[in-house]
Amino acid sequence: MKEKLEQIRQAALERIVASDALETLNEIRVAYLGKKGELTSVLKSMKEVSVEERPKVGQMVNETRAVIEAKLEETKARLAKKAREEKLKKEVIDVTLPAKKNHVGHKHPNMIALEEVERIFVGMGYEVVEGPEVEYDYYNFEALNIPKGHPARDEQDTFYVDDRILLRSQTSPVQVRTMEKSRPPIRIIAPGRVFRSDEVDATHSPSFHQIEGLVIDRHITFADLKGTLEVFAKELFGEDTRVKFRPHHFPFTEPSAEVDVSCFKCHGKGCRFCKGSGWIEILGCGMVHPNVLRMCNINPEEYSGFAFGVGLERIALLKYEIDDMRLLYENDIRFLKQF
Amino acid sequence: MNTALSWIKAYVPDLDVTAQEYTDAMTLSGTKVEGYERLDKNLEKIVVGQILSITPHPDADKLIVCQVDIGTKQIQIVTGASNVKEGDKVPVVLDGGKVAGGHDGGPLPENGIKIKKGKLRGIESDGMMCSIEELGSSRDMYPDAPEMGIYIMKEDAPVGADAVEILGLHDVVFEYEVTSNRVDCYSVLGIAREAAATFGKKFVPPVLEVKGNGEDVHDYASVEVVDAKLCPRYCGRVVKNIKIGPSPEWMQRRLAASGIRPINNLVDITNYVMEEYGQPMHAFDLDTVAGHKIIVKRAKDGDEFQTLDGQVRKLDKDILMINDAEKEIGIAGIMGGENSKITDQVKTVLFESACFDGTNNRLSARRLGLRTDASGKYEKGLDPNNAEAAINRACQLIEELGCGEVVSGMIDVRGELPEPKRIPFCPEKINRFLGTDISREEMVSYFGPLEIEMDEAAGEVIAPTFRQDLLCEADIAEEVARFYGYDKIPTTLPTGEATTGKLSFKLRVEAAVREVAEFCGYSQGMSYSFESPRVFDKLLLPKDSGLRSTVKILNPLGEDYSIMRTISLNGMLTSLSTNYNRRNKDVKLYELGNIYLPKALPLTELPDERMQLTLGFYGEGDFFTLKGVIEEIFDKLGMDKKISYDPEAGKPFLHPGRQAEISYRGTVMGYLGEVHPEVLDNYDIGGRAYVAVLDMPQMVEFASFDRKYTGVARFPAVTRDISMVMDKKIMVGEVESVIERKGGKLLESYHLFDLYEGSQIAEGYKSVAYSITFRAKDRTLEDKDVNDIMERVLGELKAMGIELRG
Repeated sequence: MKEKLEQIRQAALERIVASDALETLNEIRVAYLGKKGELTSVLKSMKEVSVEERPKVGQMVNETRAVIEAKLEETKARLAKKAREEKLKKEVIDVTLPAKKNHVGHKHPNMIALEEVERIFVGMGYEVVEGPEVEYDYYNFEALNIPKGHPARDEQDTFYVDDRILLRSQTSPVQVRTMEKSRPPIRIIAPGRVFRSDEVDATHSPSFHQIEGLVIDRHITFADLKGTLEVFAKELFGEDTRVKFRPHHFPFTEPSAEVDVSCFKCHGKGCRFCKGSGWIEILGCGMVHPNVLRMCNINPEEYSGFAFGVGLERIALLKYEIDDMRLLYENDIRFLKQF
Repeated sequence: MNTALSWIKAYVPDLDVTAQEYTDAMTLSGTKVEGYERLDKNLEKIVVGQILSITPHPDADKLIVCQVDIGTKQIQIVTGASNVKEGDKVPVVLDGGKVAGGHDGGPLPENGIKIKKGKLRGIESDGMMCSIEELGSSRDMYPDAPEMGIYIMKEDAPVGADAVEILGLHDVVFEYEVTSNRVDCYSVLGIAREAAATFGKKFVPPVLEVKGNGEDVHDYASVEVVDAKLCPRYCGRVVKNIKIGPSPEWMQRRLAASGIRPINNLVDITNYVMEEYGQPMHAFDLDTVAGHKIIVKRAKDGDEFQTLDGQVRKLDKDILMINDAEKEIGIAGIMGGENSKITDQVKTVLFESACFDGTNNRLSARRLGLRTDASGKYEKGLDPNNAEAAINRACQLIEELGCGEVVSGMIDVRGELPEPKRIPFCPEKINRFLGTDISREEMVSYFGPLEIEMDEAAGEVIAPTFRQDLLCEADIAEEVARFYGYDKIPTTLPTGEATTGKLSFKLRVEAAVREVAEFCGYSQGMSYSFESPRVFDKLLLPKDSGLRSTVKILNPLGEDYSIMRTISLNGMLTSLSTNYNRRNKDVKLYELGNIYLPKALPLTELPDERMQLTLGFYGEGDFFTLKGVIEEIFDKLGMDKKISYDPEAGKPFLHPGRQAEISYRGTVMGYLGEVHPEVLDNYDIGGRAYVAVLDMPQMVEFASFDRKYTGVARFPAVTRDISMVMDKKIMVGEVESVIERKGGKLLESYHLFDLYEGSQIAEGYKSVAYSITFRAKDRTLEDKDVNDIMERVLGELKAMGIELRG
């Protein structure tokens, strides 16, 4: 009996080792361990064994079964692994084939620039507000210290609808509307579309965008204006940007300034981009004129403030090195896709 | 305004700066220098040479060989110029030197022209004799230069000396951008005053002194001002025995450098004084002035007047005219008349130095379409006090240049002249305003050079009348700031009560919409707010469409930009057309922009500005991909109720069978559809295109970013599929509303999984299949829970004439 079991074990193990497919293993399991299998038939012949021997033989049968089962499992695992490896090998793909994209759309460069500016000022506690594009002459000019007949009205080549209503030539009327309906402290930026009667060319458009800024509070100083715009310029154009304030004139601010930033292309050395000067003009600003405060019922003896106006297209053109303003309104997808 | 540095230096003699230093410092103190041009650019190794002998070239008829003394030695120059003779002194550029341009006077090359010695037709030539054009200048600046040929220098020019120096070309012309408030700086003296203050040098203006001939001007002429409001001051002086001739070289060159062509001594003096003092002058031939009387009054509507440029101008009653006793002889402050024009035969001149109302002058010039050098000055609003100084300066120059005999006395018709303005001066307040710590003494030190006086006792400063921009304390603060230096003012951030940085809800909704549109593949476009009234025809809108009531621009850039849009589609279709015609494939665009709907016409108040989301595409996709974008947007904005689509949208610009009005909770939100083929033709777009428009104010009404978690289903769902055959005319939306209505609380969702029309189905019918899912929150549903519901659904569908299948 012992020899028989040994024979079975040997033969089984040999077959297992020799097998190379999971199906063969199954056949082997049936042949030896199945209901009609060899080892089962040994168990069935137990009655031929003496009662004393039975436990011993039983143990031997179980041992043999265990050995065969273990080998079967082991081999099964090995074969399964081998089979998976082969499958993986067959599934190799050419990863350089083209991607299947969702083709997400693109933001307009103006919008990217505007979001940048909004992010900077919202972070400094400014609220983003809006005002009408078709505006009263009063808000666009009169309340901004530009009475009828003032030469500044000609400089801006305004589109009129009638003698009271016009297409706003600047976002500054939002200053007045804000001051009229809210009390200091005021910190706002007001982005929006403005209109001037300029023929379309590479640097002009009859419709463009500005971002107005206004801060009104007690003890606001010209130094605060400088500090704020310096933060803005560095955030927008890079930490190493230098900022220059030059005296200028706007009827609604006094003192007024124009602001240049060091050319971010040549870092101030002078290049074609900055026309050799090393500086690029980016905005106009100043301390809110006391007449404007008075028109909005804010006492200039108690409050002061500053205002600034940035051309959005100018920022976009500079930042993204766009050489023709007309591209912004053509909406050629090959242009838009670059942003 | 352009001015040579040498002219500024005439009044600031100690000024010694480089052109770049000058540019930077003047710009920082508020007189912006736009740029400068060196007159000696690319002029190198150019000396005075004297021609000793001229011999013909042996091999060329048109060339001559000159022996030229250049001081250190004698050189040989071959030239083709025919205007030189032995003994002439000429500018000579030596071997290795440079000239600025060619002899033809064309545009100057950036790096000039290098001159090397060489052979001309076999004869050695050691340099070149120069024309005025080769020296980078022109006959405007040097009228004594020949039209073609070598510039012949004065006989006293020292041989071997720097010819550029002698010609006065070691000079720089600066171009200034003067701001409109600084009327005083539209003059050489105004800029010189600023330069002196900027560099801390002494300002030396001309000392005015007119001798006069002892006669009385009032015996020669008289002036009457009828409209004193439009003419606050009129000064007149008379010069007799005029001797017309060229003005001196220094005057010609200063004028030419300023861009004014020298003409003769009389004209040049008036132009010179206009530049120097910023005060336009006019000279009348007194013999042509009827009654020797000047009357300043308004024209009459419909008057015609011939200006001295020969043009006939139509006048109106708001145009101020200079008249003599009989007729109009000049448009005040704009241009003189043909009938009183100065000729070379003039004997006696009446000088006018007046002050006219700036606004009236500006508007008149604009109506006439005639903006002159004079009106360019007057329109800014001049200081009446300056008129007297200017006329005296002109008379002084007449005497100095021996141009005539000045009659003593001045006619001066004027009302109240402006007084110097007193403004409170409080250094602490200025420091508080600027955020600086500048001492009182330092502030006061800035004022002197600007001719701002201090009244210590009153605590006031007194601004001179030529500084019309100084009116209040903030203006004085600016004077302090610009001479202290904007660059030296510290940088701080505002302190005080904190404010919340935020975007309005409207802007947040717009941002969310942009995000979805972009994620769905749409790129952001921008188009103009104004367009052509022809747009409505292109969009097939009926003649009585309300959208044709528009806000019109009075002064548009042209008809194509003359109305404010009332519908956003034209911009979108134009952009799609641009892309289509550039052969760009699969273009998806969106725009967020306003339309402008007048509440009444003519406008009684501002129009309703409504932000529209416009989506448009051609190429891959169809009606339903665009519908998908719309629903993604609603979803993003928390608008989770059912969106309904009404095929009766009534949009003439859309395909009649492929358009829908979009409603949400009973409110129309917009529309979508396929663009009508006729409209596509009008926009030159081939294939099919789709558009959708959402009215953003309505979207903002319903949008919400609030979200509430409602739990994730824990119990299994029961799904039933139904398959139907129905008349093609029945819309699946009707089936869906049955499912919704009858589905009850347990209805979770439904979706269309099959739609078929074709050979398997009878003509005019379609096969539709839905999968309907039911689920309870609190238990596992059993078949019987759903059976009743399904029966009700199916019953209702049957009642609609829909045939149900297995």
